[in-house]
Amino acid sequence: MSQGIHPVASLLAAVARGISGIQVQWAGCQPNERQRIYFANHSSHLDFVVLWSALPSEIRATTRPVAAKDYWEETPLRRFLAQNVFKAVLVERGGMAKTKNHEESHLASRSLIEDLVTALGKTNSLILFPEGTRGTGEKVGPFRSGLYHLALHRPDVELVPAYLENLNRILPKGEVLPVPMLSLLTFGKPIQVEPNDDKESFLERARESVSSLRRIGTA
Amino acid sequence: MFGAVHDQKLMYLFAGVLGLLIASTIIGNILKATRTTEARRTTIDNLNARIRAWWKMCAIFALCLMIGRTGTLVLFGVISFMAMREYMTLVPTHRGDHQTLFWSFFVIMPLQYYLIGIEWYGFFAIMIPVFAFLFVPTSIAIGGDTTNFLDRGAKIQFGITVCAYCLSHAPALLILKIPGFEGHDAQLLLYLVIVDQMSDVLQYVWGKLIGKHKIAWRVSPNKTWEGFIGGVVSATALGTALWWATPFTPLQSAGMSFLICILGFAGGLVMSAIKRDIGIKDFGVVIEGHGGVLDRIDSLCFAAPVFFHVVRFYFVP
Repeated sequence: MSQGIHPVASLLAAVARGISGIQVQWAGCQPNERQRIYFANHSSHLDFVVLWSALPSEIRATTRPVAAKDYWEETPLRRFLAQNVFKAVLVERGGMAKTKNHEESHLASRSLIEDLVTALGKTNSLILFPEGTRGTGEKVGPFRSGLYHLALHRPDVELVPAYLENLNRILPKGEVLPVPMLSLLTFGKPIQVEPNDDKESFLERARESVSSLRRIGTA
Repeated sequence: MFGAVHDQKLMYLFAGVLGLLIASTIIGNILKATRTTEARRTTIDNLNARIRAWWKMCAIFALCLMIGRTGTLVLFGVISFMAMREYMTLVPTHRGDHQTLFWSFFVIMPLQYYLIGIEWYGFFAIMIPVFAFLFVPTSIAIGGDTTNFLDRGAKIQFGITVCAYCLSHAPALLILKIPGFEGHDAQLLLYLVIVDQMSDVLQYVWGKLIGKHKIAWRVSPNKTWEGFIGGVVSATALGTALWWATPFTPLQSAGMSFLICILGFAGGLVMSAIKRDIGIKDFGVVIEGHGGVLDRIDSLCFAAPVFFHVVRFYFVP
């Protein structure tokens, strides 16, 4: 991956910060240039840009989003944004889904993990939305297993949970025009796979580490 | 541009504000040096933080007023935007209101300030009460989601009315044509803001000094009769003493100041009731760093439209 930030990326980050009035809190850790996987709840197209823009610029340059291939390769504009501007790691969304054919699903998820491990390399960090799709923002949905496998492959990479609050009200699923509400982003305490963890218990704990960072509107 | 700079009385008002800021900074520092108990320390630190914020607010306000009408309109437009943003963030709006909210922020609110800019009083005065009033429920209905329909519409309408419509009457003072007062309209705006904000400050100060009997403890535990009466009387006295900067006689100025103080109090009380209902202390507290613009201007939102219309009724032929 070439170093340096695309000017369009910086511009979009500035616009996203303005629209979302984002306020960032590093509650469980501090910004750090070490390799990390930031994983967060997903409720808006703004999620990635806002999270990315909240990182200090030297960290931003080596942090790449993981995004769904089917969506981001659909039009030339999306492809340009994903590949050139944000240098996204595009993955098959179906890869982690439970398909009928066990063998096929196993192969697909293996290639997905390989892609992500390659993308991490020796210097990069990733931004991952383990729910796999945008939710309504009311609660954090179940996590897909990619995060677990990735954590097993790269135990040296820190797993940082993050909660994006109110972005579902700024640009919800299905809307094109944003409403400039104020939003919050909280980074939590890094988690890791414990010796007695199985896939389910780890993913549930990861989900809990994200949803527990919610600060307002806990109704 | 910079026409207002040549206005001597305006300069006196600015000098007065500057003097007040310097005096309060000195007092704040003296208090800080003599603070004793932990409780007093918190109060004094809070006071000094407020004074620092006042320096910034006054500097921005003075700059915009000196740039002229455009600068002032842009400033108040931005304040409206920030206040409505806080309000809509914390008043739970519904997913189905998205498009309506987009229009409120990006069409209705800018249009309101644009209408002042082109001096179209007839439309400025009714655009939100008539057109936006009808637009909001229609737009929500078109969205198709009828859950809590009236409730949602009312919340949005209240927000637009208070944050955009009511507040816009403050800079609208600049387009009033008062005979014999041409070119001095910035003084009238400054007069309104000084009396209104000093009424807030003095109510706070009197309340801290001698406050005992709560007015509406269920709504706002910090509001006391002593603070209210002391604040209103002293701010009215201040406003009366500023009659030379207005088209009013001293007696008229006393009446106007009293009106501003009472309405300012009402604004603070209503906003406290809303905050109490939502379950927050300040509009700025939940979203730290965003300052609570609405907490600062709630009194102005109520005082501005009434002051505007009373002046217009009695002083504009």
